[in-house]
Order: sequence, then structure tokens, then C-alpha cells
Amino acid sequence: MEIFIILVSSILVNNFVLSRFLGICPFLGVSRQVETATGMGMAVTFVMAMAAFMTKLIQTHILERFEIEYMQTIAFILVIAALVQLVEMIVQKTSPTLYQSLGVYLPLITTNCAVLGLTILNINADYNLLYSVINAIAAAVGFSLAIVLFAAIRERIELFNVPEVFKGFPIALITASLMSLAFLGFAGLV
Amino acid sequence: MNLGKVFSKGLIFDNPTFVQVLGMCPTLAVTTSAQNGLGMGLATTAVLIGSNLVISLTRKVIPSKIRIPAFVVIIATFVTMVGMLLKAYLPALDAALGIFIPLIVVNCIILARAESFASKNSVIASITDGLGMGLGFAGALVILGGIREFFGAGSIFGTPVMVDFFHPARIISQPPGAFLVLGLLLAIFNGITSKSRPGEK
Repeated sequence: MEIFIILVSSILVNNFVLSRFLGICPFLGVSRQVETATGMGMAVTFVMAMAAFMTKLIQTHILERFEIEYMQTIAFILVIAALVQLVEMIVQKTSPTLYQSLGVYLPLITTNCAVLGLTILNINADYNLLYSVINAIAAAVGFSLAIVLFAAIRERIELFNVPEVFKGFPIALITASLMSLAFLGFAGLV
Repeated sequence: MNLGKVFSKGLIFDNPTFVQVLGMCPTLAVTTSAQNGLGMGLATTAVLIGSNLVISLTRKVIPSKIRIPAFVVIIATFVTMVGMLLKAYLPALDAALGIFIPLIVVNCIILARAESFASKNSVIASITDGLGMGLGFAGALVILGGIREFFGAGSIFGTPVMVDFFHPARIISQPPGAFLVLGLLLAIFNGITSKSRPGEK
């Protein structure tokens, strides 16, 4: 039952992008096409799940054991950077087309605050190893859901005659605002 | 290099929020009030000055192949220090900003300045750049936070300023309001800058 609550809460109610404001950069940057948005979502899902697993182990077996919790930020960001490097190599080997379409955004997952944010939230919420990974996957699904929906809307906006001053970021932000409004409707679900 | 120019570039002409549109996560998340925006802006400024200083000092020592990991470690060190100081001296602000204090590490503004300015310029210029960019970011956060606090709660810096029969539009303090106000501000900024230089394009 608790697993179900974590899933609903992280995917819909506390959606990472639209209500927690984590991962806004890729949300605005890689959301011009549905295809790249989907690829980004998958890459982030993998990195998040792995990062949640690794950082939980590091937290309990290294940081807490030697009482150096203040090193958390430095340790976690290094783990994430290494993981992103790994994902980059895997994607390059297995799917060169996806690698090309993600381009510069793949290494930029390191500075995606959703990943670091998730690992810190997991530690703060005191989840065990299994729940940490489940929460990571739920958060990543929420992120992917938001970015794919947003990309689909943006593809349509391209076709419309937007006022000059609203072109680019302003209209994207206002679209995000309306989406966020819709997601606000999920509040109280859990 | 003209230090005044470096400073004003960060503050206005290359403003990290309104012109470069960087560091959106903290910009949207912590600006529920002007005070939180100011706190976040100043914390980021402190990290930016520190990291620019150290990166500029070590720019000839760090091999260019491993410079990004090195920058990240330097930035993370300063973020940890700022986080500890906030926890010790301003616990209320620390609680209000919460998870976004450690997340200063992944604020793109800081890495962008390290990569594009501090790793190429002298120490004094880098500190000036950090100060200008940091204050530009803080200013943008205060403007955004002030507007959201004014309409969302009817106060500015915690002091009620609206008459009694005004009903605050709570939605402005909630997530949709953040996106909406920033979108409108960017549109206004676009409008002003495109009018002031009609010759371009």
C-alpha cells in the first residue's frame, strides 16, 4: 500500500517538474519534439534509479558510518557525474541514433537538479533501499510524463501565431503554468 | 579589462535570469516571497564569488580535460560551506529554502560562469563577474518574489501592504503562479529590449 502511495504522490501530486520545480532546464530545453523528450525521459529514468541505489548505499555505509554527513553534496554529485558518464557510453554503444538526437543534453543530466534533488529527498524522507529506488522510478516517470506532454503541446504552439514578445521562453512558461494548474487538481489525491 | 563593464554586464545586460534564462529551478521554486528570493540570491552570490575566485586562481593548474569535474568539486565545497553557515546562523531561512540550498551545486549559472569567464580571466575580474552575476540573479529573484508575495499574500518582505478588503490570489504563490509571473516578466523584458534597439533583427 505504501508503495502505491509513493507512486501516486511522486508521479502526479508532487510532480517533480510541475510542482517541485526540479529539472526545469531540460524541461524547457529538450521539449521541442516528442521523440527527443521521450529519449531524455528514458535516460533520466535510468540515471535516477541507479543514482538512488548508489547514493543510499553511500549514505548508510560511508557517510553515516564515518559520521561525515556534511560531505553529502560533494559525494552525491560525484556519483551522479560518474553515472551519467556511464550512461553516455552505454547509449553511444547501443543506440547511436538516440545518442545523436540527445546531443549535448546527455552530459547535462549531471546538472539536472531533479537527479541530485531526488537523492537528497530520498535521504531526508528516510526511505529504505527498495523504497528509494521505487521513489526514483516514480519521480522519473513523473518527469517523463511532464516533459512528453509539454513537448506535444509545444509542437502545436509552433504552428500558431504567437505575439512577438511572447515567442520562445515566455509562451513556454505560460504553457507550463497551465499544465501545472492542471496537475494542481491532483492535490488531495493521497 | 573594464571592471565596471564586467559588473554591469552581469547585473543588467547579460542578466542570468531575464537574458540568459539560466538557473530556472531555484528561480521558480523559492520565490514565494521577496525575502526567500533575497536569501537564495545572496547564497548563490556567495558561492559564485567563492568558486570564481578559486577557479580563477587554479586556472593554470587544472588540466582542461578534467576541468568540469574539478569545477564541480570546487563549487560543491563552497555550497557545503554556505549551507553550514546558513544552518548555524539563519536556521529559519535554511528551513524555508530547504533542499534548494544543496541544489545550488547544479545551478547552471555557476558552472557557466566558471567555464566561460573564471577559467579565462584574472582573479579580480572573476570576482567582479561573480558579484555582478550573483547580484543580477538576486535582483531578479527579489523582483519575482516581490510580485508573487504582493499578489499572493498581500505583503512585501512580510509586511502587509494591502487594504483589508483585498483578497490575495493564492494561486500566485502556488506553482502555476511561478511559471505565469516569470513568463509575463520575460515577455515584458523582451518588449522593453526589442523597443530600445529597433535597428536589430
